[in-house]
Amino acid sequence: MAICAAIFLTVGSLLAYSMVKFRRPPEDDGREPVQIYGSNQVELAWTVIPILIVFVLFLATARVIHAVQDARMPPDAIEVVAVGHQFWWEFRYPQQGFVTANELHVPVSDASHPTPTHITLLSADTDHSFWVPQLAGKTDLIPNRQNSMWIDPREAGVYLGQCAQFCGMQHAKMLLRVVAESREDFERWLASQGSPARQADGATQGRRIFETTACVNCHTVSGTSAHGTFGPDLTHLMSRKTIGAGAALLTQDNLRHWIMNPDSFKPGSKMPAMQLRGNELDAVTAYLLTLD
Amino acid sequence: MSDAEFALRPVTVPQTVGASRPLLDRLHDWIVTVDHKRLGLMYVGYGVLFLVVAGLEATVMRIQLAIPNNHFVSPQVFNQLFTMHGTTMVFLVGMPILFGFANYLAPLMIGARDMAFPRLNAFSFWMSAFGGLILYFSVIAASGLYGAGNAPDIGWFAYAPLTSSTFSVGHSTDYWIIGLLVSGIGSIGTAANIVTTILCMRCPGMTLGRLPMFVWLNLVVSALILLVISPLTAAQIMLLVDRYLGGHFFDTQAGGSAVIWMHFFWIFGHPEVYVLIIPGFAIASEVIPVFSRKPIFGYSIMVAATLAIGFLSLGVWAHHMFTVGMTSYANAFFTASTMAIGVPTGIKIFNWLGTMWGGKISFAVPMRFCVAFLFQFLIAGLTGIMLSASPFDWQLGNSYFVVAHFHYVLIGGLIFTIFAGFYYWYPKVTGRMWNDVLGRAHFWLFLIGFHLTFDFMHIPGVLGMPRRIYTYDAGRGWELWNLIVSIGVVFQVVGIACWVTNFLWSYFKGPAAGNDPWDAWTLEWSTTSPPREYAFATIPVVASRRPLWDVKHPEDPDWKYE
Repeated sequence: MAICAAIFLTVGSLLAYSMVKFRRPPEDDGREPVQIYGSNQVELAWTVIPILIVFVLFLATARVIHAVQDARMPPDAIEVVAVGHQFWWEFRYPQQGFVTANELHVPVSDASHPTPTHITLLSADTDHSFWVPQLAGKTDLIPNRQNSMWIDPREAGVYLGQCAQFCGMQHAKMLLRVVAESREDFERWLASQGSPARQADGATQGRRIFETTACVNCHTVSGTSAHGTFGPDLTHLMSRKTIGAGAALLTQDNLRHWIMNPDSFKPGSKMPAMQLRGNELDAVTAYLLTLD
Repeated sequence: MSDAEFALRPVTVPQTVGASRPLLDRLHDWIVTVDHKRLGLMYVGYGVLFLVVAGLEATVMRIQLAIPNNHFVSPQVFNQLFTMHGTTMVFLVGMPILFGFANYLAPLMIGARDMAFPRLNAFSFWMSAFGGLILYFSVIAASGLYGAGNAPDIGWFAYAPLTSSTFSVGHSTDYWIIGLLVSGIGSIGTAANIVTTILCMRCPGMTLGRLPMFVWLNLVVSALILLVISPLTAAQIMLLVDRYLGGHFFDTQAGGSAVIWMHFFWIFGHPEVYVLIIPGFAIASEVIPVFSRKPIFGYSIMVAATLAIGFLSLGVWAHHMFTVGMTSYANAFFTASTMAIGVPTGIKIFNWLGTMWGGKISFAVPMRFCVAFLFQFLIAGLTGIMLSASPFDWQLGNSYFVVAHFHYVLIGGLIFTIFAGFYYWYPKVTGRMWNDVLGRAHFWLFLIGFHLTFDFMHIPGVLGMPRRIYTYDAGRGWELWNLIVSIGVVFQVVGIACWVTNFLWSYFKGPAAGNDPWDAWTLEWSTTSPPREYAFATIPVVASRRPLWDVKHPEDPDWKYE
């Protein structure tokens, strides 16, 4: 970057200088300037110097490539499998054996005891790319191929990211968020996500409708008959901040509208409008609101 | 030298054809023509037509992105817009305009009366023209034929498996494939024609070492086209086989490979960038010397640097794929090869600078565009070096930083030099001079618009805005920059309007330009403006790189120094 700026300043000012200096004077006598055809010494100079610059730049870059790509993961690194779908993210925690979506939780790592998160990247359909700009560069999720990357956040917080490889109609609303939290919070989150869905008393009607309509074809709620894998796992839906991969905040109103017609937030979303009657809609929404 | 002087005397043959024949006959003449000048003009006209179309597509996209959460167009239409914009600019604007320039000028510059294969020339033009029409047929036939109502929405590099029949239902992708396949055949034909013409049709004395720089660079480009269009054609045929004959080249659900498509596409796609930009260099290499009143600095090094760029460009394609998870060795290799290409490119910039150095520069409109090109190409080259470092690319690849970078190359580099070429050769082609005030207005408006749009476009990229999103939420720091970027478009559109008005008006009302308005040195300026069909009454004989300099300065001719 600095080298580029320096080159720009040097060459740019030479160019500006020659523009001013060699401008044809207004009272020109019409004579041609001295005709110069070239100079081997000068050519040699401006060939060799750039070669040296490029060589140095390359060595510096190669070091970074090696440091990033060939880094060894410490044994207590967190393992996550990210699967790209049109147009949402599935996150599997194989060590803990549960699945969640769109919001990745990782522990904050500190220099004395780094706990990076190692992410295996897969795709269920088209190409996607995992990009959380503040945490790491992007790596693609490609069907029939296993990629990997790692992140190592040093500060707690929510980091926004999104799909960076055009993947179809709703590429723009395939957002993701990474929640980096303290070790204790992270452990607590792991424990809650690992447990089966809460069996709420008040929402039995909603649960019955949910389990007897097309919802179960695509969604999973552990501990129930819903085992679909085409859409996000809803077991702990209410632990997330957004729905539709960041298309809208997760509120009762938004959730109800989403079930009624996802296209109103995210035209082209793969979830169909569920065609439920008003009271069924209310019941299913009430049921989903219990899944915390 | 008496030979050359005789040959280069202005031709004075009375005009007997054209003038007062019925419109239908004249139209017929254009359709059946095999004249390289007419075909060149048709190529350029066809390119300019699509330039306006693609520019309007970009304008609609910028309206959509000017503010967050805008609903000006639907996501599907936005995806179609950027697909069509990219495809059009590369295949239906860049290549045809450059072929047009080469077609019109290369034979004149080497003292030939036509291309080597005039009929192939016409065939290739019409193939390219129909290719473009097929692509756009997908839009205009909206409710006509089955499946034709949708423009392709797969992005201009059409990554698998989004193009498979699973994810791309209907026929829009087929229009994309067939359109490019057909226009690719035209490109190969014209490229072969240009190579043959330059190698076989040179006038006496026009050795390879005396070719005008424009011709040399177009020779390299055409050779490159012959090499790189083929992988694209092959990949498209494979894709068609996948879609219709049950092939599984790129069909990931049946074990095909999405990455193979990327390799095929980019081994075409990256040299394609040089196919587009080297003709820009070619124009700059003619304009800068004439308006600096000095010969090109370091002729042979310039040629060598071009050959080096052409050669290296074949080995850098995977820098488009730094994020697909290649090994660290592959990433390092493509980083190195990509950085290496900066060296010959730098040499070219230095040589143009050397040409200006010590000259007497007059800032006529063509020269203004070329100087702006030098600045902008310098910046584009440097952001290119930054992106060539793969760790940098992991962060900024597929972001608006990349979009800004390649528009800096293709607009700031190519389109600016194309404008320079238009202003430089317009008097030769039409016989009339354009209006200077409108020309300057075009230059300044376009320059301001360009910098508003593409300077500020780098910033949202650095802030994490990926390309190809039809909308974005407020609050991520992107709003202001996107608004400025969109405002820049207004200036560009008005600039383009000045340009079109200028050229149309001057065609009818402009003052006569004369045969050699710039006091230039290459052979096309020795014939009439506009040149007649046979161009040269007698085939010229040349003795140096600047035949007209020799004629104008018999006391100090160039051939003394060769």
